[in-house]
Amino acid sequence: MIRVKRLFSNYIFTRIVRAILTIFIVATLTFFIVRLMPGNPVEIYIGQLISQYGMSFQDAKNQAAALFSINLDAPLYEQYLYYMRNLLRGDFGMSFLSQGTPVSTMITAYLPWTIFSVGISILISFSLGIILGMIAAYRRGGLFDHIISTIAAILSAIPNYLIGILLLIIIGVQLGLIPVSAMRGTVSPGVTPGFNLEFIKDIFSHALLPILTYVVSTVGGWTLSMKSSTLNTLGEDYVTVAKARGLSEMRITFSYVGRNALLPLFTSLTMQMGFLMGGSALIESIFVYKGIGWALGASIAQRDYPVMQAVFLIITIAVIVANFIADLFYSKLDPRIKVGGE
Amino acid sequence: MNWKHLLKSIFIEPLILISRDRAGLIGFIILLSILLMSFIGPYFIKLDTIVKLDQIYQFPSRAHILGTDNQGRDIFSQIVNGGKDVIVVAFLAGLISTLIAVSLGALSAYAGGFTDTVIMFITEIILTIPQFPLLAVLSAFIRLTNPTMLALIIGFLGWPALARAIRAQVLSIRERDYIEAARVLDLGRWHIIFSEILPNMLSYIVISLIMAMTGAVYSQVGLIILGLVPFYGHNWGLMIQLAWTRGAIFYKGSIFYILSPIIAIALFQWSAVTFTRSLEGIFNPRLRIGE
Repeated sequence: MIRVKRLFSNYIFTRIVRAILTIFIVATLTFFIVRLMPGNPVEIYIGQLISQYGMSFQDAKNQAAALFSINLDAPLYEQYLYYMRNLLRGDFGMSFLSQGTPVSTMITAYLPWTIFSVGISILISFSLGIILGMIAAYRRGGLFDHIISTIAAILSAIPNYLIGILLLIIIGVQLGLIPVSAMRGTVSPGVTPGFNLEFIKDIFSHALLPILTYVVSTVGGWTLSMKSSTLNTLGEDYVTVAKARGLSEMRITFSYVGRNALLPLFTSLTMQMGFLMGGSALIESIFVYKGIGWALGASIAQRDYPVMQAVFLIITIAVIVANFIADLFYSKLDPRIKVGGE
Repeated sequence: MNWKHLLKSIFIEPLILISRDRAGLIGFIILLSILLMSFIGPYFIKLDTIVKLDQIYQFPSRAHILGTDNQGRDIFSQIVNGGKDVIVVAFLAGLISTLIAVSLGALSAYAGGFTDTVIMFITEIILTIPQFPLLAVLSAFIRLTNPTMLALIIGFLGWPALARAIRAQVLSIRERDYIEAARVLDLGRWHIIFSEILPNMLSYIVISLIMAMTGAVYSQVGLIILGLVPFYGHNWGLMIQLAWTRGAIFYKGSIFYILSPIIAIALFQWSAVTFTRSLEGIFNPRLRIGE
């Protein structure tokens, strides 16, 4: 009994349970949205087949069943179990529009690009933000602090897709610095994937505008958080003690102030990942960067329900997994968490 | 406390304090100007809907302060008339989110125990689901044919982060002496929450409402730009969507057409955030050093 109790108060264990439970709930939710909502896609699709191709109801129903990989004659709970079993196997059914293409193939083609562009952006933006935030905090009240804080406040208030459109207009159209239409997609035709300079240069040039957008729209938030966090830390007793002990300025800045000021930011990091993955639907549509977000926008616009359903599920799972990794990382950085307690 | 005193402490004193904070003051003035322009402006400046093919993409002039669009219509009149819908939807959605967040957050903190665990668990789960994709997917099932429907959906999904913050606030307030006194007097859970705790965090709730509004503007305009909101009419989001889908943004001369609604939305968001930051500083002086 005590062992069980200890297991449940274990930080990592509770995180795993919560992550799995959330995925399960979202998967269930998607199933019922698709099956039970008025005007649900299965009914619509059957109606379409009958009216457009003159199919009999039974034929249309069979085709719909194959497409959504559900058995429409079975009771609902059986359909649900079947759907869940297929999900576990990674079977999301077939796309409406690109007929014969399994949705899972589409997802493996799109997802890596979003993880790549969002991941790189978070790395750049987070590091840049903590550096700028620390400098601003150390020189608070000075000119640098004022300029940085003002710009940061403006950038963090503007919706990221508007920043994307602005970048597109200013850099691409007005100044003509970069060929916007040639940079669409994720990789140029004819470039072979692999670990070579040409490929790496190509994927970065395609991801340039999305990455720039994510970085510009989030760096302000990180800077402001880091600034206030550093200011709070600077007032802590252990920093005063460290100064009194005569430790070098460098050591105080990095090991005492920096490390402790960073901690509260990690909780925002998980929120940020979810927000960027979610917002990728807009950013990728603006730049026609063919990642998972673009696929979501396109599948909704074309009412390609199997793709839409799967993409939504995958985005959510990606966010949950990213959150989980960030949590693990956080518990490594701040040992107080693992012991438990709020 | 008579109402004059209340008016003074809720409106006048914060305004005096805000006038000392430059950024907050600028934010407040811009926010007020946008509200006035969007709600009173339309009575004076009518939306220009007449296509004038000989006046396409004109640069700003005395006749057209912001120039003309791809069909020769005055852009300034579109900006003046395009804010109301966006702000009303944002306000409704923010109100719904705040109401849910306040009720659930306060209940969760005050009741504690099992109720708290369940409410917070649900909150955490909704918080993990990326909001914008969920909204986008729902828009394929629920026809967002009118602004109220849009506000309802955005509002019903936007409460979790707020609920967590409200819960933390209530947790700190419920330990105070006057709450203890109310509890000893046995005034009842809902009476204590609504008459003793919530009035004491009114400023915090107002701040939350404005923040929820900026969140709702983000989702709303995002959905419009993706073309997922089929309701017609005229608003800033639709202006951007039209300029984008019709390719106007790729034409150099369209700069004022596309820039105007973007700046209008950006200004609204920035001024709202700046104004609330400043309010936070006034109502909670401890936060002043930090954020």
